[in-house]
Amino acid sequence: MTPVTAGRARPARVRRRRFTPASPSWLFAAPALAVYALIVLYPALAGVVYAFTDWSGIGREMSFVGLANFRTLLGDEQAMGSIGNTLLLTVAIVLVQNGVGLLLALGVHARLKSRALLRVIFFAPVVVSPVMVAFLWKYIYNPDPSSGLNGLLGLRVDWLGDPSVALWSIAGMVVWQYAGYSMVIFLAGLEGVPRELHEAAMIDGAGTWQRFRYVTWPLLAPAVTINLMLSTIGGLKLFDQVFAATGGGPGYATETLSTVLYKQAFVFGKFGYSTAVALVLALFVAAVSFVQVYYLRSREVSA
Amino acid sequence: MRRTFLLEIVMIVAAVAFLFPVYTLVVLSLKDPAQISQTPLAPPAPPTLDNFTAAWSAAALGPSLVNSTVITAVSLAALIALGSFAAYFLARVQTRLGYGLYVLFLLGIVLPFQLGMIPLYELVSDLGLIGTHAGMVLFYTGVQLPFTVFLYTGFIRALPREYASAAQIDGASHLVAFTRVVFPLLRPITGTVLILNAVFIWNDFFTPLVYLGGSGYETVPVSVFAYVGQYVSQHGLVFAGLVLGALPIVLVFLALQRYVIKGFASGLKG
Repeated sequence: MTPVTAGRARPARVRRRRFTPASPSWLFAAPALAVYALIVLYPALAGVVYAFTDWSGIGREMSFVGLANFRTLLGDEQAMGSIGNTLLLTVAIVLVQNGVGLLLALGVHARLKSRALLRVIFFAPVVVSPVMVAFLWKYIYNPDPSSGLNGLLGLRVDWLGDPSVALWSIAGMVVWQYAGYSMVIFLAGLEGVPRELHEAAMIDGAGTWQRFRYVTWPLLAPAVTINLMLSTIGGLKLFDQVFAATGGGPGYATETLSTVLYKQAFVFGKFGYSTAVALVLALFVAAVSFVQVYYLRSREVSA
Repeated sequence: MRRTFLLEIVMIVAAVAFLFPVYTLVVLSLKDPAQISQTPLAPPAPPTLDNFTAAWSAAALGPSLVNSTVITAVSLAALIALGSFAAYFLARVQTRLGYGLYVLFLLGIVLPFQLGMIPLYELVSDLGLIGTHAGMVLFYTGVQLPFTVFLYTGFIRALPREYASAAQIDGASHLVAFTRVVFPLLRPITGTVLILNAVFIWNDFFTPLVYLGGSGYETVPVSVFAYVGQYVSQHGLVFAGLVLGALPIVLVFLALQRYVIKGFASGLKG
C-alpha cells in the first residue's frame, strides 16, 4: 500500500512545485550602494589613510609618517586620559542607565493605573536634542547652593566645576535622558514573557525574586543584548553632551575621545593626528560590538 | 492589591523627582531676572511671557524650524526610497556576493562617523554643498542608510515570498511587484524607520554645526546652541529659547507617543 501512495503523491508534488522567480536585479541596491559608498565607505577609508599622515588640513600636502601619530597618542597625556574617561563614562552609563531602565520597566509593567502616563514621562527626554538637555543640566548642576540640584537637595557641590565630580555629573545627565530608552526596550522584552510561565513557577512555590531570576531574567536576554549594545556604543561616542556642558573641562577632567579628536582637528589643525584618534575610537567600538554580539547572543534563550 | 498601590506611589514619586529638571526649565522661562535670582526654585509669581517673545526673535527660531523640517523631510523620503529598494534586493538575493553586500551595509552601523568626518567634509566642500540643505540631505541619507537597510532587510526576510511571486505570475516585473505589492506591506517597519531617523536627524548637532554654522541655513539645535552662547548668563531668556527649541518635537512625540515608543522599542530587534 505504501509504495502506491508514494507513487501517487509524486506527480502531485511536481504539479504543486513553487514558482520561484529570479532574484531581483542588483540595480535595486545600486542607488543606495552609491550614496553609502560616497558618504560612508570612501570617507572612512580615507580616514584610515590620513591616520598615518601628518596632514594639517590645509591643501593636499601630506606625507606618510607611519605609526608616528599612534606613538604621539601614547605619550599624549590628554589623549590617554580621554581614553580612561571615555571608558569610565561608558561603564557608568551602561550600568546605571540599564539598571534604572530595568527597574522602571518592572515598575511600569505592573498593572498600575498611571502606567501609560509614567511611560510617556520617563521616555520623553529621549526625543529631545542632547545639546538642549545638556544646557538645561548645566543650570541644574550650577554651584549656587540655593538653586538647581544643590537647592533641591541642600548640597554645596560644584557638579561640573569639581574635576573629581564632573565626569559622574555628565554620566548622570546622560542617564536621565536615556533611562527611558532602556526602559521601553526592557518593557518590550517583559511583554514577551508568557504569563503561563509565571503561573507555573508560582504553583511550584517560587517567590517574586525567584520568578524574576529564573523566569523573567533568562527570557529578557535579547533586550539585555540590545540595551547593552546601544548604551555602550552611545557612551563610547559621546560628544554633544560633553561639548555643550563642559567642553572637556575643568582641565581635562571630562575630555573624551570624541572631544579630543574634535579639538585636534578643528582647534589645532592636526587632521592626521585627529583621524588617528578617531581610528582608535572606531577600534574600541568595533571590539565592543563584536564581543557583545558573540558573548551575549550565546546566552539568549527562547520561551 | 495593596502591593500594587504601594508600587504606584513609589513610581509616581520617582516620576515627580524625574521631572525636576523639566519643572526648573519651565519655571525659569516664565520668570523675570529678579525672581530668578531671588526665588530660583519657587513657582513664578507672577509668570511673564517676555522671555518667550524675546527668545523667539533673538534665536531666529522661525527660519531654523523651516530648515530643520525641510532637511528632515527630504532625508526621510530619500532614506525610505533608497533603503527599501536596496533591502528588497538584499533580502531576496541568494548569492554569496549579495550576502557580502548586506554585511558591508551593516558595517556602517558600527563605524563611528568621526573616522570619516574630515575626508567627508572635504568631499562635501568639493561638491560645493557646504552651507546648503542638499549637503545635509546627502549626509543624512548616507549615514542613516545602513540602519535603514538593516531594519527593512530583516522585515522583508520575514515576509512570505508568495506575495511578490503571485504578482509576478500575473506578469508583473520585480519593480511593479515591489512598488505595488511588497512596499505597502512594509508599513509597520516604514513607521519605525521614519520615527527613529526623524528623531536622529532633527536632533543631530555636530555635523550641522560644522556644515551649516553661519550659513543662515542652521537647524534648530545649531541655532539654539549659538543663541545660548550669546545669552549665557540670562537664564530666563536661555530657558525660554530651550523650551521653544524643544517644543516642536515634544509636541509631535506627545501626539504620536504610542507609535514613537513602539518604534524605539522594536527598532533594534535583530
